[in-house]
Amino acid sequence: MERSQMHRQLANMRKALFDQGFLDEQFVQLEELQDDANPNFVEEIVTLYYRDSSRSILNIEQALERSPQDFTKLDSYMHQFKGSSSSIGAKKVKHECTQFREYCKEGNGEGCKRTFQQLQKEYSTLKKKLEAYFQLARQIGPIETATRPK
Amino acid sequence: MNLVSQTAKSMSMPNSSVSWKSGEPDPFPAGLRVLVVDDDPTCLMILEKMLLNCLYEVTKCNRAEMALSLLRENKNGYDIVISDVHMPDMDGFKLLEHIGLEMDLPVIMMSADDGKSVVMKGVTHGACDYLIKPVRIEALKNIWQHVVRKRKHEWKDIEQSGSIEDGEQQQKQTDDADFSSSANEGSWRKRRKDEEDQVEDRDDTSALKKPRVVWSVELHQQFVAAVNQLGIDKAVPKKILELMNVPGLTRENVASHLQKYRLYLRRLSGVSQHQSGLNNSFGGPPDATFGSVSSFNGLDLQALAATGQIPAQSLATLQAAALGRSTTKSGISVPLMDQRNLFSFEGPKLRFGEGSQQPQQSNNNNKQINLLHGIPTTMEPKQLANLHQSAQQSFRGMNMQVNNAHGNQSSSLLVQMSQPPQSRPQILNDTNVNHLSRLPSSLPQPTLSGGMPSSAALARNGMVDNARGAVYNSVSQASSMVDFSITQNTDLPGNSFPLANNPSAITSKGVLREEVNSEMKGSRGFAPSYDIFSDLHQHKSQDWELQNVGLAFNASQHSNMQGCLDVQPSVLVHQGFSSNQNSLQNRNTSVGKVMFSAGEESGHGNAHNIDQQLNTFVADNSLIKAESLPEASCQNMLFPEQFTQEDLMSILLKQQEGLGQVANEFGFDGYPLDDLPV
Repeated sequence: MERSQMHRQLANMRKALFDQGFLDEQFVQLEELQDDANPNFVEEIVTLYYRDSSRSILNIEQALERSPQDFTKLDSYMHQFKGSSSSIGAKKVKHECTQFREYCKEGNGEGCKRTFQQLQKEYSTLKKKLEAYFQLARQIGPIETATRPK
Repeated sequence: MNLVSQTAKSMSMPNSSVSWKSGEPDPFPAGLRVLVVDDDPTCLMILEKMLLNCLYEVTKCNRAEMALSLLRENKNGYDIVISDVHMPDMDGFKLLEHIGLEMDLPVIMMSADDGKSVVMKGVTHGACDYLIKPVRIEALKNIWQHVVRKRKHEWKDIEQSGSIEDGEQQQKQTDDADFSSSANEGSWRKRRKDEEDQVEDRDDTSALKKPRVVWSVELHQQFVAAVNQLGIDKAVPKKILELMNVPGLTRENVASHLQKYRLYLRRLSGVSQHQSGLNNSFGGPPDATFGSVSSFNGLDLQALAATGQIPAQSLATLQAAALGRSTTKSGISVPLMDQRNLFSFEGPKLRFGEGSQQPQQSNNNNKQINLLHGIPTTMEPKQLANLHQSAQQSFRGMNMQVNNAHGNQSSSLLVQMSQPPQSRPQILNDTNVNHLSRLPSSLPQPTLSGGMPSSAALARNGMVDNARGAVYNSVSQASSMVDFSITQNTDLPGNSFPLANNPSAITSKGVLREEVNSEMKGSRGFAPSYDIFSDLHQHKSQDWELQNVGLAFNASQHSNMQGCLDVQPSVLVHQGFSSNQNSLQNRNTSVGKVMFSAGEESGHGNAHNIDQQLNTFVADNSLIKAESLPEASCQNMLFPEQFTQEDLMSILLKQQEGLGQVANEFGFDGYPLDDLPV
């Protein structure tokens, strides 16, 4: 594929992620941190996020299965998870986290479970999209990705 | 990913306070040495990169304990610390306290939580800023201002300590010294600006850098002894320095430490007032009595007498008792000692830190100490002595003041307490804080501080007095007391005191005492059912803690708090609130451990169970205490803190044991405080 075409495609992918609400302003912050010294900074962060948060996801899953559910603990796990998700700009995921915490405060176990399912969906969807995005970016080359238009 | 103490240096500079070479233009704030602590590796990495982009020197750390040891190892290795609030191994606020006490570095808190209460907590614990996650780089670009601000403040201390004790600078210094923290922050910053204008030629902040003094346990003990010797009112840095006679210590070191100490005391007094108030309202006479008695150490008694609320005779009795008591503390020493040993933190620092953040707590400590003095509890002399000594050492001066403040409040509270419950709602409605603050004043009971085993007994006793508050008070007091004793293993035997200060603690003490002394029960109608009591305690501790917070506020508002309390009511309230909670929580954490041992000693080793119960109860209690106690907010804060309950319980247990003895000695059949004019 032609380079400029790839650039355009990458730019479109990126724009779609923002327009569709998958990412928010914080992602831009990460992009701005990327420089020559750390040309793959954003990808590294996102990879780290998915690796670390999988543990949180597991904890929450297990905690949800318990009966009775410990909402304090669930809320605490989710708080942590929300913090990470928001730091990479995962907008939809973050929204589900907030919703989940609301249900925790209410002690609504069913609500929590439902929201968590939704959350996991958003989480995986974003992961796939970002993987594709970074793959393309790597193809183009680090320098170009660092200077892609905002 | 192991991110422990990785250091990324943007500039290779020697690890010294002056990081730039002479002759070159000052690159500040570049090269600012930042330590960032966060258990989330993603956030940690992002922060590190952002800080590097700001040209700071970054060390990242994913564990609070690691961060503390890093800071301790490199006394002057860092300029500023950024820490997350929620961390698995240690509460961020606790870390904040430690750093403030030990290293006196500016600390910025961060959290995804932007709730007002949490932010307020940061303020009261002494954080110089609070960032909401996700953090943007713009927010980090200006963190150097906190370093400069602190330096300038210290610089001012140096200048002022130099020769100008009076004069226009004195005023400024006084403002600083009063340290109304957030309350005066506005004016403080303004002063800063003025100072900055004045010292333009000193804009090279490197000149303001001084080697940091680490306030070790021994050093802090000396400091406290000096302060107590001088009296908190007269404790000026210069004289303290002379008394301490520590080579290499500068007046400004002492001045800044004194500020923190005062803040700590303020917090304690706020809490203690809180507790005593609670006691009053809840406790039947015994509680009230105890509360007031406890706070009647010296000054308190005088204060109360002065206010005419306490019969002169009772005051005298209390005083005598207290004095007699103070010499008899020894029994408690064992548990206390154990507790102390458990505290790896610099003892004084720890206590101080906890206390400093929560003036209420410090008050408690003070009060407790006083209490011990005044109340001839039957506590084992050793215990009492320990408590007393520790309390005295650290808080003697402060106690006096605090007690006075509390005393006043407690007397008023007592009065209220003796009133029918209706009055309580009034009091409560008066801003929960008021109510709370009043309670604590009456709460400080020496016996509790002694960590007397009686407290445990009390906890067990289901003192089902209709004055639930009292029970709660005692419970919380017990906990508060215990907490303190534990934390202040070295300097403050009064650790137990702080707990007593907590309204809850105080009540528990009162309750405990009653329980222990069968005679006491009569008037109260406390049912010596241990189970119930423990339940109540649990609830109460929770409530009390909240109440304590509220009370703490009141206490501060009352400006009964003598000495350094120059807190504006609104500010205090919040501070007291959060600090109360924090302190309780913090203390609980540390105390919790100790408490277990203490609790075990008293035979109530099941602090943990108690905690659980407490947790349950607290929730219930909060419902029960619909009365305007600002429990709602407090509770929210407190409830998540499992430790609090545990601590409370342990304290209660200990207090119960101690109280029983105390009560006996006092021979309080009726409670003189009952007669206090309303």
